[in-house]
Amino acid sequence: MSAKVITITSGKGGVGKTTATANIGAALATMGQRVACIDADIGLRNLDVVLGLENRIVYDLVDAVEGRCRLSQAMIKDKHIPDLYLIPSAQTRDKTAVSPSDMIRICDELRPDLDWVIVDSPAGIERGFKNAIAPADEVIVITNPEVSAVRDADRIIGIVEAEEKGTPKLLINRLNPEMVKQNNMLSADDVVDLLAIHLLGIVPEDKAVLISTNQGTPITLDNKSLAGQAYQNIARRLMGEEIPLLDLDKGSGFFNRISSVFGSGD
Amino acid sequence: MDNFINRIFSKEPSSADKAKDRLRLVLINDRTDLSAAALENLKDDLLEVLSRYIHIDPKSMRIDITQEGRQQRLIADIPISGPISRKY
Ligand SMILES: Nc1ncnc2c1ncn2[C@@H]1O[C@H](COP(=O)(O)OP(=O)(O)OP(=O)(O)O)[C@@H](O)[C@H]1O
Ligand SMILES: [Mg+2]
Repeated sequence: MSAKVITITSGKGGVGKTTATANIGAALATMGQRVACIDADIGLRNLDVVLGLENRIVYDLVDAVEGRCRLSQAMIKDKHIPDLYLIPSAQTRDKTAVSPSDMIRICDELRPDLDWVIVDSPAGIERGFKNAIAPADEVIVITNPEVSAVRDADRIIGIVEAEEKGTPKLLINRLNPEMVKQNNMLSADDVVDLLAIHLLGIVPEDKAVLISTNQGTPITLDNKSLAGQAYQNIARRLMGEEIPLLDLDKGSGFFNRISSVFGSGD
Repeated sequence: MDNFINRIFSKEPSSADKAKDRLRLVLINDRTDLSAAALENLKDDLLEVLSRYIHIDPKSMRIDITQEGRQQRLIADIPISGPISRKY
């Protein structure tokens, strides 16, 4: 068995990469998979607080890369879920402290003992992004249903293809079904139409995401939240199961039907 | 509700439709590195070359870039008005 390395990236910042990394990692681990999440955003450490592991860090990714510790010493075990590990980024270094070949070497060392390695990429198209996609077997691009995020996602998809990493899969985050119904937000169909890549999942806008992040517990452990369910579904799709998309953006209410009669619905 | 009524009684496209239309053009631009102005020049040059062989009404000529998956296509629709009268 050898782990699959998945890199989660985006063009625009703040669209939800770190939240997705934590939740996809947690969801896979609750399904009995052995998972390590790597924070590849060197200098802007975040994944540790989203997972609630900030107080347990002794060594980080750069320590492992530079040989100050063994890789296993930089792997922090999760509080809630067995077989979920975090490799935190360094807070006081910058992205030049790690190279794409370092990332490949670290992931290759992890592969034999794990099922999944999820890499949280920094935003943008620079060194940090190049580091993050270097070891990837598969890339997931996250966007929000919003003009500049979709535009930047398109750029990233082009670059990932040019780097011969295959065509990435799409995750649409923070979709607000109410606004889509009112025709004031791009629908998932619109975004897929424009970007023309495979849709891995849709995560709705959900206040519970902020609350769970405040507590340092991934939302996907909360079965009542829609966003949590969406992440569980994404994890199951990564495992090869065929799970239909949560029906969020196609309202079937009265107004929706009327408006499509008038030809302004879709 | 307001929004719904507005949509029926006005021809104003919704903000989501506007976003999609704008994005469509921006993505074509980004992917091909061809601006609307450059496309206009391409059209003029094409017209000049084609006019050496066939008779074309410039106003009926249409050039567009369409998207098929992640592949862009240049589509030219050029009605031929007749053979060119040779000057020799
Ligand atoms: N589905 C969602 N619903 C509501 N809020 C969300 C959702 N997903 C993410 N957020 C919020 O959006 C903010 C940015 O998320 P996150 O840090 O995961 O983005 P990022 O892409 O990693 O950012 P950066 O580019 O800075 O690394 C956070 O406050 C997070 O709680
Ligand atoms: Mg982040």
